Amino acid sequence: MDMPIPNAAILGGKARIVARLAAVLPADAVISDPAETRAYECDALAAYRCAPLAVVLPRTTAEVAAALRVCHELRVPVVPRGSGTSLAGGAMPTADCVVLGISRMTAVLDTDYPNRFVRVQAGRTNLAVTGAVEGEGFFYAPDPSSQLACAIAGNIAMNSGGAHCLKYGVTTNNLLGVTLVQMDGTVVEFGGPWADAGGLDLLGLVCGSEGQLGVVTEATLRILPKPEGARPVLIGFDSSEVAGACVSDIIKAGILPVAIEFMDRLLIEVCEDFAKAGYPDCEALLIIEVEGSDAEIDEQLAAIIGIARRHNPVEVRESRSEAEAKRIWLGRKSAFSAIGRLSDYMCLDGTIPVSALPLVLRRIGELGAEHGLRVGNVFHAGDGNMHPLILYDANKPGDLEICEALGAAILKLCVEVGGCLTGEHGVGIEKRDLMGVQFSGPDMEAQMRVKDVFDPGWLLNPAKVFPLEISAGRRAG
Amino acid sequence: MAMRPCSEADLAECVRSAASPLRIAGGGTRAIGVTAGEVLETGGLSGVSLYEPGALTLVAGAGTPLAEVEAVLAGEGQRLAFEVPDLRALLGRTGVSTLGGVVAANASGPRRVQVGACRDSLLGVRFVDGRGDVIKSGGRVMKNVTGYDLVKLMAGSRGTLGVLSEVSFKVQARPGAEATLCAEFALAPGVAAMGRALGSPYDVSGAAWVGGEVRVRVEGMAGSVAYRSAALAAVLGNEVRVVTGAQSAALWREVRDVGPLGGLDGPLWRVSVKPSDAPALVEGLEAAVMLDWGGGLVWICGPGDVRARVAALGGHATLMRGEGVVFPPESAAVARLSAGLRARFDPRGILNAGLMG
Repeated sequence: MDMPIPNAAILGGKARIVARLAAVLPADAVISDPAETRAYECDALAAYRCAPLAVVLPRTTAEVAAALRVCHELRVPVVPRGSGTSLAGGAMPTADCVVLGISRMTAVLDTDYPNRFVRVQAGRTNLAVTGAVEGEGFFYAPDPSSQLACAIAGNIAMNSGGAHCLKYGVTTNNLLGVTLVQMDGTVVEFGGPWADAGGLDLLGLVCGSEGQLGVVTEATLRILPKPEGARPVLIGFDSSEVAGACVSDIIKAGILPVAIEFMDRLLIEVCEDFAKAGYPDCEALLIIEVEGSDAEIDEQLAAIIGIARRHNPVEVRESRSEAEAKRIWLGRKSAFSAIGRLSDYMCLDGTIPVSALPLVLRRIGELGAEHGLRVGNVFHAGDGNMHPLILYDANKPGDLEICEALGAAILKLCVEVGGCLTGEHGVGIEKRDLMGVQFSGPDMEAQMRVKDVFDPGWLLNPAKVFPLEISAGRRAG
Repeated sequence: MAMRPCSEADLAECVRSAASPLRIAGGGTRAIGVTAGEVLETGGLSGVSLYEPGALTLVAGAGTPLAEVEAVLAGEGQRLAFEVPDLRALLGRTGVSTLGGVVAANASGPRRVQVGACRDSLLGVRFVDGRGDVIKSGGRVMKNVTGYDLVKLMAGSRGTLGVLSEVSFKVQARPGAEATLCAEFALAPGVAAMGRALGSPYDVSGAAWVGGEVRVRVEGMAGSVAYRSAALAAVLGNEVRVVTGAQSAALWREVRDVGPLGGLDGPLWRVSVKPSDAPALVEGLEAAVMLDWGGGLVWICGPGDVRARVAALGGHATLMRGEGVVFPPESAAVARLSAGLRARFDPRGILNAGLMG
């Protein structure tokens, strides 16, 4: 994975750049000591690291604008950072950049229950948004698994999803408005607490733009009334194909579970070993959760189980209580910890049409065998968002490279069957060089023209999303 | 004579070789505003190319008639979730609505309060930009964050950034049952009642105020619909009449198509505001009013300083019919970005030129 050669003039001008930033920001908002900037050298894609030139931690939209104006004038690249939980390297710095972290911007600015929205500073964590409104019986729906730590700003940058987006949609479907600071310091508002933009949908464009169009400092988010209850059913099958067919039948029947999670044998065994959740010994397992009153849950689960029975499951375990529900979720929720204890792993994020599930699972197994690495599958089956986990040994020379080659082969497979490279993690640096697999030259050119409009100097997060060779002419320096 | 390309490649050639501005035409059922130029019809780009009921996805040419798509979906017990309005009677149009026109207008009906707008069901687009280049964004899978979301940008862009050639949608299974609770309310208490219903856990899929009556809809499995109807009756508080099945569906077609304002003369406004601002927006106006989206969508037919009122409250007002500026005003910074995007996607300014600014 290549990154651009750092700009020597910027590296050499560090003292002047830091002084200019310090002149417009509070004393504690500028970090330039290498011992301290190292804390920002990577995000959750920890295989790649590079300490930035400096870090700024503003507290207000005005301070963000002031910092960006300085960097714009001095032509210093800026890498925006929420909580640094990106799995795609979206917040990974370059040596010649200023990291703009908004972790100090966590305030709740407005809660409006009659109109069902909350407005927050974008550094607030995902779970803390729900925390601010749950006392009144509301919640914020997108729930990425890093929700305890990840910031709303990062959720917006990557258009994050989560386990429950089958019913509630992803970030873009729950985002009503943003305050965005452009690279030149211009502050602009898109959307608001009303439905629909009047003109072009710039709000929709910004969501998922990976911090390349501007820095989101405030967000208006849709909040929903909490359902009365939720309970899962666990269904085991003796083949992945059959489990996939069952998912398709449930969706086609018009039942809308909030989550349909899939685990294959490797993951079932690893999770069972770790969490002792009492999972059955089988090839594939579905956890399907529905919501509503007790009677509504019973009605939906009965329909789901009726469909599942037609596929001859090896086990059907319906939860009758909160304790039983927790036990069913226990293994699934500890999947990543359980795998992490066993081995180094890389988590992929391709999405496929649900109909291609059996084929893709078989091919992933074959590709794993060809590369000599084990691959486990745990994913959101209802929407086809796969999370193959490739197990490798970071201490074994060459293993990471084989793992990355296998990962690329699996993502190409996802695109071949009509899917995409990334369903909820983002492109970042991780999938940057694969963009050409999914997009033509004109497709990418159209996207880069959008960046030209928002950030003509290509200073915001410039080395991400687009393959370096095609963005070379546009990037500064 | 109008141009009517029959393939995406033909469409690209039409745009590439255009020597003067083009006026992009789907079925002509929901176009608003003024633009001039040679007519470029999309009706030749027609047909459902992929439909997977088990994956809830449908891909079709932009010129495919909406009715054809709805019939194909109905054959599998499915539908477009966002409940496309038919505004022909309201706007005095004839013609056949096309899928591309639906997307270009981001046309969304009552179920928007539950499932979002057209743009939220739109999974992917292919279009020809003003240079004549074929561009795709998104795809046909439910979750996709690969590259920028030009899908959202194209929804509601009314042909000013590109001419749609193909669109793909997430579709929805038709529920087994539906019920509508009807209760008499004056406008302001009606908005409050709809707010209570939408703030309840009973998964409301429609909340409108029509002629002194609040209508609240629930859909789903039969037992669940019965349970939630009873629970919502208590939430609304007034005497409630429950309508089910085809009669319920008819009530929502009326809301979707803004039936109560059909046949009236005068300026016609479509306004987005915070639901709780709807009463102040229409207070004292000598105009006919209908509310959808729990009060968040206000239809006003008649005289009045609507845009000034919206400016004071916050929101957007679009003039669907009448003399004046059609699209809502934008801040200088937003207008600059929008103009920049139009200039990049359509550097010659030939696609529905001047329509949106």
